[in-house]
Amino acid sequence: MQALYAQLLVGLINGSFYALLSLGLAVIFGMLNIINFAHGALYMMGAFCAYFLLNIAGIGYWPALIIAPIAVGIFGMILERTMLQWLAGLDHLYGLLLTFGLALIIQGIFQNYFGSSGLPYAIPSELQGGMNLGFMFLPIYRGWVVVFSLVVCLATWFLIEKTRLGANLRAATENPTLVRAFGINVPRMITLTYGLGVGLAALAGVLSAPINQVRPLMGADLIIVVFAVVVIGGMGSIMGSIITGFALGVIEGLTKYFYPEASNTVVFVLMVLVLLLKPAGLTGRAA
Amino acid sequence: MKHRISALFLGTALALAAGGGAMAQDKTVKIGVLTDNSGLYSDLGGAGSTVAAQMAVEDSGLAAKGWKIDIVSADHQNKPDIGTTIARQWIDVEKVDIFVDVLNSGVALAVNNLVKEKNAVMINTGAATSDLTNAQCSPNTIHWVYDTYMLANSTGQALVKAGGDTWYFLTADYAFGHALERDTAAVVVKSGGKVIGTVRHPLNSSDFSSFLLQAQASKAKIIGMANAGGDTTNTIKQASEFGIVAGGQKLAGLLLFINDVHSLGLRVAQGLNFTETFYWDLNDGTRAFSKRFSERMKNKAMPSMVQAGVYSGLIHYFKTIDAMGGNPHDGVKVVAKMKETPTDDPLFGKGTIRPDGRKLHPAYLFEVKKPSESKGPWDYYKLVGTTPADQAFRPLSESVCPLVKK
Repeated sequence: MQALYAQLLVGLINGSFYALLSLGLAVIFGMLNIINFAHGALYMMGAFCAYFLLNIAGIGYWPALIIAPIAVGIFGMILERTMLQWLAGLDHLYGLLLTFGLALIIQGIFQNYFGSSGLPYAIPSELQGGMNLGFMFLPIYRGWVVVFSLVVCLATWFLIEKTRLGANLRAATENPTLVRAFGINVPRMITLTYGLGVGLAALAGVLSAPINQVRPLMGADLIIVVFAVVVIGGMGSIMGSIITGFALGVIEGLTKYFYPEASNTVVFVLMVLVLLLKPAGLTGRAA
Repeated sequence: MKHRISALFLGTALALAAGGGAMAQDKTVKIGVLTDNSGLYSDLGGAGSTVAAQMAVEDSGLAAKGWKIDIVSADHQNKPDIGTTIARQWIDVEKVDIFVDVLNSGVALAVNNLVKEKNAVMINTGAATSDLTNAQCSPNTIHWVYDTYMLANSTGQALVKAGGDTWYFLTADYAFGHALERDTAAVVVKSGGKVIGTVRHPLNSSDFSSFLLQAQASKAKIIGMANAGGDTTNTIKQASEFGIVAGGQKLAGLLLFINDVHSLGLRVAQGLNFTETFYWDLNDGTRAFSKRFSERMKNKAMPSMVQAGVYSGLIHYFKTIDAMGGNPHDGVKVVAKMKETPTDDPLFGKGTIRPDGRKLHPAYLFEVKKPSESKGPWDYYKLVGTTPADQAFRPLSESVCPLVKK
């Protein structure tokens, strides 16, 4: 029984990465209608950015949590301005192909320079060590990841669903012409939204750097699962992707306990089941 | 008319004779470096293997003797079907004589069959499976650097002897992981230890915390990692995070390369025990080679044992064909000659090749240094023990290889 609690907690920790990443994807899809396959590569760039900050500029983990998402977010905005904006109004497939190609190029460049086995990034000294919870040894850093991601997820949800800025954003995607008539610069909003989504991916990258190796392919390994999370949660649904992210982390954790061989596939089995029963995803609106 | 016909006959006969003569003294060789250039294992083989092959060509001195040696390289993407397609094309179209590296057990076993069918040569320096010299041994293949039997034998035995008598395995859920776990478990039991559990994880997992928690709960003294590459480095990193080593359990890396240690950093990797057959800082010979090697690498990496094996294997191959006076383009013949000739090079020292194709050299048990003990980048290992060449690998008496006469 104790081991089960431990697995639940570990699942929640992984779920927080799924939630952060799928949240960014959902924001981008919901607002821009782009299936952002470059998300994994941008997540990886976040981790590398933290690594560079530490090893080149001597800037540690805490500033990196802010600097890396902003830097990668700006890179994302440049991508949006120079490439993605031309795809507005076209079929989803074009965005998917373009971002997939971008992901391959970005990963290829990093792999060429840094090899495949990755680089070390230490846990910040304030968060080292762990607590004995009785049923498991909880590394403090992992606990921090859960709490921090929850806060970021809820803040993003609040920003989009409850503030005036969010309302403008949602309106701009529903009816850009009308919103422009109110004097709102719609293209700039779209760019900022893409930057926000990319920033969330980079933030997840910084969070994961001390746990996983900083590797060029770290995003490629994760992105398919995250897409499954978004699909299960309902494409474009903000709350859906947050809840599904955490829930799937837990389900995956339980699978690792009861039948570890299936832990990489359980998410996809669930996806098939959900799509059969509710084609728009758990919280998605029917198209 | 008669004249013309006889002239034609004469011409043909002359051409044939000339061709035959050229065949006997054919001094061309084509080397194929078949490896993982972009994926999970590209640091331990990849571009570094090609560099090692180039260095072997230069150091062999054959060019000065009129030999023409070419190297081709390709990425098999860790897929046996892609590997065999490339290999087939290399043999049929490019006339490749010898394959080196060929890491990944799945790819290696597939290419092994093809090399035998086409009578080429393979010096396998990258794959782990001991089947290459056991059930699937071939007169065309030499397994150069290491194998699962040797890893299990050396690391497993040493750790049980040091008091690690209860084991829990964390195993990559595919043929290589199963083989490594099976071989190691056998050694543990034989040495008086006990295996109290196993968890099998899918290949290329990024999160090992669940599996590690299960291993932790088992209270086994040793957690044996029957996996490789990114799976191993992530396991080690997360084990340190969950306080597994601090809690008194010991991690055993059954297959770990210097690139993995470099990527982990000493703070996380310190204290790990594992077996390799090559380390750049072993002696003057290995140091001299490794320095030259690392200067040619983009990231200044020291050679892995796989890359060192490419160099050493090719040096022996060149020595053999040079002694034969030309390249007969006959794999069985060349490999037979290579087995007759004792090996000697600065990287692996003196050694021999057994009838089953197993290259014999000592195996070294290393421990990763503490950060305070390391004098700089790549100064990572302490030598803990050496298994002599004749005891490191599966004895011929246990072999089921058909090439071994019983």
